[in-house]
Amino acid sequence: MTSLPPRIPDRQLGLVIDLDICVGCHACAVNCKEWNSGGHSAPLTDRDPYGADPTGVWFNRIHSFEVDAQEEGKRGRTVHFPKSCLHCADAPCVTVCPTGASYKREEDGIVLVNADWCIGCKLCSWACPYGAREFDTDDGVMKKCTLCVDKIYNENLPPESRVPACVATCPVGARHFGDLGDPDSGVSKLVAARGGYDLMPEQRCRPTNKYLPPRRREDKDLRDDSGTTARLTPAAENIDGVFLRWVDRLLSR
Amino acid sequence: MDGDPASGRDGEVVDTSPMVADEVKHTTCYMCACRCGIRVHLKNGKIRYIEGNPDHPINRGVLCAKGSAGIMQHYSPARLRKPLLRVRDRGAGEFREIEWDEALSIAADWLRRIRKTDPKRLAFFTGRDQSQALTGWWASQFGTPNYAAHGGFCSVNMAAAGIYTIGGAFWEFGEPDWEHTRYFMMFGVAEDHDSNPIKMGIGRLKTLGKAKFVSVNPVRTGYSAVADEWIGVRPGTDGLLVFSLIHELLKADRIDWEFLVRYTNASWLVIQDRGADDDGLFARDENGNPLCFDRARNRLANALDAELQPALVGRRTLTDGRTAVPAFELLARRYMDDRYAPDAVAATIGVPSATIRRIAAELAHAAFAQQIELDIPWTDWAGREHDRMIGRPVSMHAMRGISAHSNGFHTCRAIHLLQILLGSIDCPGGFRYKAPFPKPILPAPPPAAGTGRPDTPLDGAPLGFPARPEDLLVDATGAPKRIDKAFSWEYPLAIHGMMHMAIHNAWKADPYAIDTLFLYMANMSWNSAMNVPGTIHALTDRDPATGEYRIPHIIYSDAYYSEMVPYADLVLPDTTYLERWDCISLLDRPIGSAEGPADSIRQPVLEPDRDVRPFQDVLLDLGARIGLPGMTRRDGSPQYPGGYADYMINHERGPGIGPLAGWRGHDGRSHGRGEPNPEQLNRYIENGCFWHDPLPADRLYFKHANLGYLNYAQDMGWIANNRQIVLQPYSETLQRFRLAARGHGEIQPPQRERDRIEEHFDPLPTWHAPFEESAVNGTQFPFHALTQRPMHMYHSWGSQNAWLRQISARNRLYVARATAERLGVADDDWVWVISHHGRVKTQVRLMEGVNPDTVWTWNAIGKRKGVWGLDPDAPEATRGFLLNHIISELLPPRADGYRYSNSDPVTGQAAWFDLRVRIEKCRPGETGETEPAFGSIAAPPGMPRTPRIMRYGEDLRPPFSGRTGGRHREFIGNRAEVMATMPGVAAGASRAKPDEDGDDDS
Amino acid sequence: MHPAFSVIFFTTASGAGYGLLFLLCLLGAAGRFPSDPWFGVIAFGLAFGLVSAGLLSSTFHLGHPERAWRAFTQWRSSWLSREGIAAIVTYVPTGVFAAAAILLGRTEGIFAAVAIVGALSCAVTVYCTAKIYASLRAIPRWTSAWVVPGYLLLGLATGALLLTFLTHVFGAAQRSIDSLTFAAFAAAALVKTSYWRSMLATSGESTAASATGLGRPGLVRLLDAPHTESNYLLQEMGYRVARRHADRLRIIAGLLLFAVPLASTLGTTILGPGTTAVFVAGISVLSASIGVLIERWLFFAEARHTVTLYYGENTA
Ligand SMILES: Nc1nc2c(c(=O)[nH]1)N[C@H]1C(S)=C(S)[C@@H](COP(=O)(O)OP(=O)(O)OC[C@H]3O[C@@H](n4cnc5c(=O)[nH]c(N)nc54)[C@H](O)[C@@H]3O)O[C@H]1N2
Ligand SMILES: Nc1nc2c(c(=O)[nH]1)N[C@H]1C(S)=C(S)[C@@H](COP(=O)(O)OP(=O)(O)OC[C@H]3O[C@@H](n4cnc5c(=O)[nH]c(N)nc54)[C@H](O)[C@@H]3O)O[C@H]1N2
Ligand code: SF4
Ligand code: SF4
Ligand code: SF4
Ligand code: SF4
Ligand code: SF4
Ligand SMILES: [Mo]
Repeated sequence: MTSLPPRIPDRQLGLVIDLDICVGCHACAVNCKEWNSGGHSAPLTDRDPYGADPTGVWFNRIHSFEVDAQEEGKRGRTVHFPKSCLHCADAPCVTVCPTGASYKREEDGIVLVNADWCIGCKLCSWACPYGAREFDTDDGVMKKCTLCVDKIYNENLPPESRVPACVATCPVGARHFGDLGDPDSGVSKLVAARGGYDLMPEQRCRPTNKYLPPRRREDKDLRDDSGTTARLTPAAENIDGVFLRWVDRLLSR
Repeated sequence: MDGDPASGRDGEVVDTSPMVADEVKHTTCYMCACRCGIRVHLKNGKIRYIEGNPDHPINRGVLCAKGSAGIMQHYSPARLRKPLLRVRDRGAGEFREIEWDEALSIAADWLRRIRKTDPKRLAFFTGRDQSQALTGWWASQFGTPNYAAHGGFCSVNMAAAGIYTIGGAFWEFGEPDWEHTRYFMMFGVAEDHDSNPIKMGIGRLKTLGKAKFVSVNPVRTGYSAVADEWIGVRPGTDGLLVFSLIHELLKADRIDWEFLVRYTNASWLVIQDRGADDDGLFARDENGNPLCFDRARNRLANALDAELQPALVGRRTLTDGRTAVPAFELLARRYMDDRYAPDAVAATIGVPSATIRRIAAELAHAAFAQQIELDIPWTDWAGREHDRMIGRPVSMHAMRGISAHSNGFHTCRAIHLLQILLGSIDCPGGFRYKAPFPKPILPAPPPAAGTGRPDTPLDGAPLGFPARPEDLLVDATGAPKRIDKAFSWEYPLAIHGMMHMAIHNAWKADPYAIDTLFLYMANMSWNSAMNVPGTIHALTDRDPATGEYRIPHIIYSDAYYSEMVPYADLVLPDTTYLERWDCISLLDRPIGSAEGPADSIRQPVLEPDRDVRPFQDVLLDLGARIGLPGMTRRDGSPQYPGGYADYMINHERGPGIGPLAGWRGHDGRSHGRGEPNPEQLNRYIENGCFWHDPLPADRLYFKHANLGYLNYAQDMGWIANNRQIVLQPYSETLQRFRLAARGHGEIQPPQRERDRIEEHFDPLPTWHAPFEESAVNGTQFPFHALTQRPMHMYHSWGSQNAWLRQISARNRLYVARATAERLGVADDDWVWVISHHGRVKTQVRLMEGVNPDTVWTWNAIGKRKGVWGLDPDAPEATRGFLLNHIISELLPPRADGYRYSNSDPVTGQAAWFDLRVRIEKCRPGETGETEPAFGSIAAPPGMPRTPRIMRYGEDLRPPFSGRTGGRHREFIGNRAEVMATMPGVAAGASRAKPDEDGDDDS
Repeated sequence: MHPAFSVIFFTTASGAGYGLLFLLCLLGAAGRFPSDPWFGVIAFGLAFGLVSAGLLSSTFHLGHPERAWRAFTQWRSSWLSREGIAAIVTYVPTGVFAAAAILLGRTEGIFAAVAIVGALSCAVTVYCTAKIYASLRAIPRWTSAWVVPGYLLLGLATGALLLTFLTHVFGAAQRSIDSLTFAAFAAAALVKTSYWRSMLATSGESTAASATGLGRPGLVRLLDAPHTESNYLLQEMGYRVARRHADRLRIIAGLLLFAVPLASTLGTTILGPGTTAVFVAGISVLSASIGVLIERWLFFAEARHTVTLYYGENTA
């Protein structure tokens, strides 16, 4: 039934996304669409693809935000923000589903939709606080990020390709994939070290995916010993003074 | 679990190992010019998936958004299907489908006639294709000087400034040492040609966290968004910023003296003799060697000798009694002048002087306090052994934010000067040349003038590197010989030509009329046009006397139904990038990296389902039909009956040097040089369609003075000899042109050009306000207007892509929030953007991260109604807009009424970003649709009806594999860098580098 | 949230239907069921008609109505599933009782017990319907404590109004029914206005800052949405109604749904049976039906989803 697995699966596969380096290139979003168009949830229908109001099914979308500095000495910044299903531990999209089509896998915590059972009532998309569910109007069923369940285990692919499409393709390497249920996994350590966080914790969905915050940048400004912003000190009072230093400098070629 | 049967979990059997493809083929992506390696997964004869090739040196398995959307490009409904002959007026879009034979004989007739009479009446211009080695050669065999590719409107300022200064360049010819750099400064880059390598580099650099990344850019998006510091300069003022940094470094005596004396001409003595014909040139000995003052022996000496102690300052007396000073003294005096002090320039640049000072201090700190040493022994040009490589870990990269201004050449030279003073050229942690660069300054002969005689080839390549006035393509009166006026006194170093002027000049018959305009892969009536309305007029204007079009014939090869196609008389439909052979050659724009040279090919992975032909095949076919030397055998039969693939294997430029460097020689064992190998293409295919020759450690740096590397480069045939390549902060070449303007020498500029040459051919970098800025009234046009590349779109051709256009189907004008509030405009308000040349209507978007005097938009999103397979009411056409409509190809008139091209006075680079505008809120009646609109264009015959609903991939789901489980493998991006900085993170799968693959964990 | 007519009609029609059914059962249990068999036929017919029409229309917006039966399987976790089951179950006791009342004319004893069960299952069904919305944390305005009582009372009130009308038509008016209707509307009005007040005042804990995690410290503004054109999420959950427009509709809803019925029921209680009463009651049935549709439209249109925080809203 679509009550969540009685206990949280030991394996909780998910993504870790580094907002400090995401340049907002949309590669992950498009590569996701490309892989999944022929994948587990195929097709990812596009309506009016060449017309006035193109809208298609996407499992991953990139938002861009500006954050004004409110604090003294801090700078405002632009942050590119990719978002796909977070494969929540307490996934409301699963519990609200009247048919059992929406479920969370026990073996790895991946949240999927059984397209043969889905009646297309859309309630799961109402229940997901993150907007991670995508209704395929043409198929009349709900679709969503599959965590590339048909790729990450795929023995027909060379090992290096057994990674979520969005992760493998990210040019800056801002996306990581692994078992966030295992505190010793690389991704878990990464999250611990970089202060990875949940989106909207107050929604109490306990997302598996984590976001690594942009790092403080002001620290990289050079300050001299007195702590004030650095500047170079002239080698002499005036230009001729400087030239004097140079006149008899011995340099061998 | 409690195993309730009524559960999706039990109801669904998830196939975890579906058979993805029947076949996987390697080739090279061409959704942009970065040229990443791809694996194309084919299923039921259709494309199931395109992924990055993990072994490829360029992209190591990653794909950008464009590359990931290749499927939709390949199946685009806008693909041309058959040769087209125009049946109604130009621009109507009404064509008749014709057979290839007819198409080719029509073209051949036109071309034959031209070649028989006056070859230069053919103007052959190509876009961002990667066959310039072929097209340029074809043009010179044809005998027309009127050939160029897109470089002139792209980034020739970077190429020219780099090649004339350091023998290499930014653009895609150099890269930062991502691994070792401690300070990375990026000027005016939104995306770059190196789309993926730069992203990969920034990702690694930021993950390591050891370096500071500073982005100088009026807009804070993309790369600038992840930069540790964003410096929102006012457009066109980077030169001043750089001079100010140099000012601070010189005054503080924080420069790399050893580097200057060893690797540059800073110590060379410059003749100081106002009025003389050699004033400002280097003092030379009887053998023509430049002189310096050797402090060891206290006398003048050949500056090229090894064992010297050259003086960098001090006036010297030459044997003929005249005085000379080291180039360094001239530059030091210039940039230490108070007019370049931070306080003097801060207001103009729009950056606080304290910030400028701090950046200077940070540069010095990184370069000298954080000096790095690699324990790699190497031998310098003079055969001297060095036990390690010393690096000044400051790296820089710059692109069109610098080049697309009329002061771009000098600004780019200024940046190179800054790099030189910091000693950070091709050293560990610095800027690095990509093989086959560096090349001697200058790398190639000057442009070939052409005899003008019928049926004769040029005596060289149409594009080249002028070193002196004699090399210009001007007639006795000093008038331009080329239709685009490249290599004339107006734009002497236009080494990439000036494609952006070809149509305007041809229409104006200035300098002369042409017969046929032959275009390839450039949307010249739209997003690569300066002044779209004017260009459309030039293409359609008729001579009232004859009723003929002023540009009598237009032949165009495109693969898709772009805005340019309707203006062609004859359309030669090309294949998509997955349907043809291509050759990314060391003779053209190679894909080599600092780690070693590389080239690559495209192989056809799918058969065309339309009656289209690869343009390169067509070009060779045409060449044979009109009997061009090199393309025709003695018996008149084609030299390359096998088409382009045949040419790629068998064509030779020099002995043993062909389009492809890999697997040459009959046994396929030689690389670089070697006779043609019939098996060559198969070797490439076996290797993933690329060839890469990683350099040994001792050749990785100081390539300009590294004996091992120089010998290697000579063997490969990239350079004529293994002499040191001395960097040229002081450019004698520029001074030569200046002397001509001062009345010296045989070839002198016409009177009216002299002041311009005098001002802009300064042997040291200078700065002048962008031309348009000084020409128009600043209060009337208070804002700079820019464009940026969207990372997910490639110019105009991304909009036909059903996936990419969902990300950007329209563009708005971004305005600084404060500015907008002052103007009383809010998000989504409609405004007029007005320049001295015209006005365009759009909606606005407010933002924080933009220079307050700057407005900008995404490039090439706006589309014309009726093209690209889009509905006429597509947002691209109703709301998308181009700044090109209001950018003039001409500057406001000079005193005597003459109008220069809106370009850099040295290189002729199009000054897209000099645009100045004002913004006016639209009146209520005016909102709704963008203007100008230029009316809708009809679709050519045979175009498919576009689907309302697209279900791509539904038929690609394989039957159940029977496997439902498996072990996952963890993937950490930049794992090596993460491991280096984060305790406990162990080896394992990373950027799909097989060597880094550890055990699966599950 | 996008106010889909199918859902609006479903909740309002079934609400009124169950309200009426609930009261008919209670009348029976109380042994005060009008003896005229035609009254039974019409009243039950109307109730079952409304309920079934509502349930039917709720399947219209399904992508796969033919699989609707699957919706009965997840009662353990899903309020929607529970609502479906409850709805079906309700047919049994209410159906039995209706048959008895109409065919046998018997409403006492065992049938009274059945009636009680029927009445309860009606209440449970409406309760489930309300919980479908009230349990969605992603739509903060629906988590208000007033939502469930709102649904129950509006169901009861609109049902009661129908009953008043019918009893008057069949000359079987009972002052108690009229005054119960009055009370139900008064209560519903109270609850609904409290919902509106609290709803407009509250926006959920979630903000653009918490949605992105970028809020500390700083003001988070959307620069660019992922797509320049629309998408499913915005079409389904990004619906926005202008405050001024909503307030205008709120007043109209208040008048039609509350003022008119309250006045009319007051009128009919005072007037007592008669053709004028029938006419007055009829008018207010009409008015309340329009009113409740507007009220339900507002219920959806004014609800905000946290996904909008990723598309430029600062609160939801
Ligand atoms: N305002 C503004 N304007 C600019 C710029 C800017 O920054 N701002 N940038 C300038 C620069 S740097 C450049 S390089 C130009 C680029 O502008 P263009 O050179 O016009 O580039 P595209 O728009 O890509 O047009 C290329 C044409 O090639 C066609 N094509 C695509 N694939 C193939 C193929 O396989 N075969 C053939 N035969 N044709 C093909 C496309 O359909 C399209 O018509 O734009 C310039 N214009
Ligand atoms: N995705 C994608 N990739 C592409 C292309 C594409 O169309 N799409 N086009 C390819 C081509 S043809 C080219 S030429 C390259 C160009 O690659 P880029 O050089 O990145 O080209 P632009 O996008 O024009 O970026 C110009 C940048 O300079 C900034 N800028 C403008 N004026 C100034 C200034 O005065 N000073 C400074 N410091 N910055 C300034 C702008 O804000 C912008 O960020 O990209 C190539 N790669
Ligand atoms: S691919 Fe990587 S960098 Fe690009 S948007 Fe996605 S996460 Fe960001
Ligand atoms: S993100 Fe949304 S769809 Fe994904 S598991 Fe969480 S609630 Fe469900
Ligand atoms: S739409 Fe499908 S998956 Fe979502 S709740 Fe309804 S039945 Fe379940
Ligand atoms: S994991 Fe797969 S399905 Fe999910 S967003 Fe990434 S690519 Fe798309
Ligand atoms: S950068 Fe992108 S589009 Fe360009 S070649 Fe590489 S993958 Fe293709
Ligand atoms: Mo370009």
